[in-house]
Amino acid sequence: MVLKEKAIVMEAEAIRQALIRIADEIAAQRPEELVLVGIHTGGVPLARRLHARLREVTGVEAALGMVDITLYRDDVFVGLPQPIIGETVIPEGTLNGKQVVLVDDVLYTGRTVRAALDALIDFGRPRWVKLAVLVDRGHRELPIRADFVGVTLETTRQQSVNVQLEEVSGQDRVLLLEQA
Amino acid sequence: MAMHGTLDHLLGLELLPAEQIVEILDQADKFKEINQRKIKKVPTLRGLTVINFFAENSTRTRMSFEIAGKRLSADTVNFSASGSSFAKGETLLDTAKNLAAMHPDIIILRHAMTGAPHFLAKHVDAAIVNAGDGAHEHPTQALLDMMTIREHKGRLKGLVVAIVGDITNSRVARSNIFGMTKLGVEVRVCGPATMLPIGIERLGVEVFHDIDRAVTGADVVMMLRIQKERTSDPLFPNDREYSRFFGLNARRLALAKQDVLVMHPGPMNRGVELASDVADGPWSVILEQVSNGVALRMAVLYLCAAQRLSE
Repeated sequence: MVLKEKAIVMEAEAIRQALIRIADEIAAQRPEELVLVGIHTGGVPLARRLHARLREVTGVEAALGMVDITLYRDDVFVGLPQPIIGETVIPEGTLNGKQVVLVDDVLYTGRTVRAALDALIDFGRPRWVKLAVLVDRGHRELPIRADFVGVTLETTRQQSVNVQLEEVSGQDRVLLLEQA
Repeated sequence: MAMHGTLDHLLGLELLPAEQIVEILDQADKFKEINQRKIKKVPTLRGLTVINFFAENSTRTRMSFEIAGKRLSADTVNFSASGSSFAKGETLLDTAKNLAAMHPDIIILRHAMTGAPHFLAKHVDAAIVNAGDGAHEHPTQALLDMMTIREHKGRLKGLVVAIVGDITNSRVARSNIFGMTKLGVEVRVCGPATMLPIGIERLGVEVFHDIDRAVTGADVVMMLRIQKERTSDPLFPNDREYSRFFGLNARRLALAKQDVLVMHPGPMNRGVELASDVADGPWSVILEQVSNGVALRMAVLYLCAAQRLSE
């Protein structure tokens, strides 16, 4: 399937503003033992940015982790090629009693978040887990919703949302793609 | 031929392409983290059956495969030669057919006969992993050795690895030679002439009869166990003499690079091929080899499962 660009949904400044707002909303919850956990791969740089913003501007100290969900997917062996498994790092190795914000770039079917929740629970019993995403594009297949959302996007299933981040792609922007 | 990110079987390293070896090592690095968690289990292989078929004795390898399977949530079943129908005279093929009738997904086989896993792969619809076939190959051991070396040195290419001991009877040596030479390691083999197969240099290794020379400038020294069970004739006069001429001690190790790693596939004969102070010294990564073995075998099971389930 060949995809072509349909629209630029967010430019660098819009992404920056969205992350500032999400950081403020997280800070407004007055978290005590906050852990930001990015989902591989797109969520990891976003979690890092939120972490920096929280510490530098809002003065909220948070721990930073990342989770790879490959081994928890419900479609792990459907569709090749198999990816090289990513790194999972949970600070101090436990989430017991922690307040966790799970961070991803795009929320779509909800299956990735379901897998990530299973992975998190293997590290203990968090006090609560909330979800932050840069883009919510709808079409949920599981009862999952985001607590902090950068932008909500009307999409069709045939379209694809491509989040490009400077740490990975050299520039910040969000594209909406559709079949050529 | 397996697709990218999968393995149809793991029979040996002789015919496994270098890219696939690197892929297994890369995956294994990531599985290590699971073994350090409090809850050491992921749901990935839920519902898959793995048979550990050990027709020859083993402690470490069998347990390592069993733990690897369990940590991936596979159902692992152990079956060893003693006390089984196998010991009652059933042929390998009949045993295999009976195992296959229970629909396992992966069979781990250790067998005294060279080529037994290859034979099984032809006759049974399951992924076959060779856990040691006679004096032929022991691919997961060599892979975990390479994983451990790469972890410490950051690379494999260009390193000098000296393998010392009974090369003729060592499946560990053979698999390591096949794997390491493919990845650009300079492999030296050393042992008494009675333990070095004629023509071994054709595998791309340098042959030494003097351990001091073999160890000089080495990045890794891998000592092999004297395998009394594989030979009826003594290949050397006695343990003390072997230790004197081919054992690794601190004086000899000083000839190697300063950051040399000492490895042993186990079980070791303390004081024979390896002096105690070396086995327990700061150079030794022998127990890390054992830890890495679980992660490496998890990666192998995962890749085999990926192949079967994606068909």
